[in-house]
Amino acid sequence: MNIDECLKNIESRFGSKILKVYKHNDKRAYIDIYPKDIVELVRYVFKDMALRFNIASAVDDFDGLEILYHFADDRAGFVISVRAILKDKNDPHIDTITSVMRSAWWIEREIHELFGIEFDGNSDLRPLLLPDDWPKGIYPLRKSFVVPKRDSRKA
Amino acid sequence: MSHKAHIPIGPYHPLQEEPEFYKLVVEGEKVVDVDVRIGYNHRGIEKISESKSFDQSIFIVERICGICSSSHPIACVQAIEDIAGITVPERALYIRSIIQELERLHSHMLWLGLAGHFLGYNTVFMWGWKYREPICDIMETVTGNRQNYAMLKVGGVRRDIEKEHVSYILTRLDEFTRHLDMLKGAVLDDPVLHARLKGVGILTKEDAIDYAALGPTARASGVDIDVRRDHPYAAYDRIKWNVITQQEGDVFAKTVVRILEMYESVNIIRQCLDKMPAGPIDAKPKDIPPGEGIAQIEAPRGECFHYIKSDGTNSPMRHKIRAPTYMNFPTFRETVIGETVSDATIILAAIDPCYCCTERMLIVDGKDKELYNVEELIRLSQEKTMRLKEKMGIK
Repeated sequence: MNIDECLKNIESRFGSKILKVYKHNDKRAYIDIYPKDIVELVRYVFKDMALRFNIASAVDDFDGLEILYHFADDRAGFVISVRAILKDKNDPHIDTITSVMRSAWWIEREIHELFGIEFDGNSDLRPLLLPDDWPKGIYPLRKSFVVPKRDSRKA
Repeated sequence: MSHKAHIPIGPYHPLQEEPEFYKLVVEGEKVVDVDVRIGYNHRGIEKISESKSFDQSIFIVERICGICSSSHPIACVQAIEDIAGITVPERALYIRSIIQELERLHSHMLWLGLAGHFLGYNTVFMWGWKYREPICDIMETVTGNRQNYAMLKVGGVRRDIEKEHVSYILTRLDEFTRHLDMLKGAVLDDPVLHARLKGVGILTKEDAIDYAALGPTARASGVDIDVRRDHPYAAYDRIKWNVITQQEGDVFAKTVVRILEMYESVNIIRQCLDKMPAGPIDAKPKDIPPGEGIAQIEAPRGECFHYIKSDGTNSPMRHKIRAPTYMNFPTFRETVIGETVSDATIILAAIDPCYCCTERMLIVDGKDKELYNVEELIRLSQEKTMRLKEKMGIK
């Protein structure tokens, strides 16, 4: 299965649920979808197509937040990235994919604390990287978070 | 009747090289639950990278890890090259492969030493770390540094491998292989190590796939993946080499995979040096257009993944870094539970969790001549012990 067949499979199965497909080159493609369809699509890609989950990466795109779920096909050598765009930055929600695979356990915890995205259905969203006393509601990887300047006189 | 006890290990503990906190729940000798708290080393490099230019972010990701110090930069430059569609000159690709494999050699050797240390077999630790030295010497000769080589740049590499270096590399590799033969026998044929490692901390193939385990951790569980073969980069598709897999999934299988991989790495370096064409080493790219780039590379511990989004300025808008240990680590839930406390350390260490190793010692005088050899250093150390004993009144 090469990248074109893979994209065709996904398009024929999900049809109108797909917002946009963009093929960057023979090894990379991006698929934009609505957040509500993420679990269904991830299940299809991971279980049925047996692609390997690389990682998810959230991006603060100023207008909204987006999460990219990267999947690699190790037989044909390509990566497809499924993008879910969360418009509401004040209360971003998406369903957890840990019900599909356990490999998303840590990354959902990480995105939750660094971007403030809620993963509905994930009961373990304890902090992973930030200290336990990190203030609530401050998400360091959002663009609105500016790293405080250190007072050099106090060094 | 059962009594559950908690054993806290860390976050700062004399046995650990890096801060991390393990909470083992035990019933008698048996581990029934385990949790890990990380983040004590979190430096916010993804955020820092957003405020740097593309060239500076390569510099900053090189400092993520002292052992994988070429893995992150190579992934970073490949992600940027993916955005812009840059074609890298052939010679630079070979040099990238050579650097990557040298790094794998010293990293696997370092792990082997540490594994011996965790088992209380300190001779293996001493051997492993001593016989890793030829590789660090090669690195210093070729790149100027034992760690943090600063070899990578977008579009190529910074330094060429000179003609006179080739014979030096080959000689030192021969020396390394001789020691490796000895170590391989000492480790893989040792009945005590068989007893300690076989059947311990098994990660099944199904769990390895579900947790998306990577590198030697996955390959020891029969998952036949290797980014170097599956998503070829650098010069790996231009030479012949084998992916090492084992089926058992226990700590012993992980050891076997790493030891045999070292032979493959030596083989890859020899072929690269032989086939490396002459020519430029830098494509000299100009601007990075807006877009997204992804890079996967096979670091010593598994796939290292970088995602970079560019908005057309000279710094990344988002730089996601995923080191292999991030995926390998959560497998501890499957491997440690049900085992004994005494095996927990080696099982946790078997995925080769990454930590920094940049300490070095080389005392030189103004004429670039070594002042102390090994015997003299030992003598210095013994004299110091004597002084301390005298001071404390111990005979």
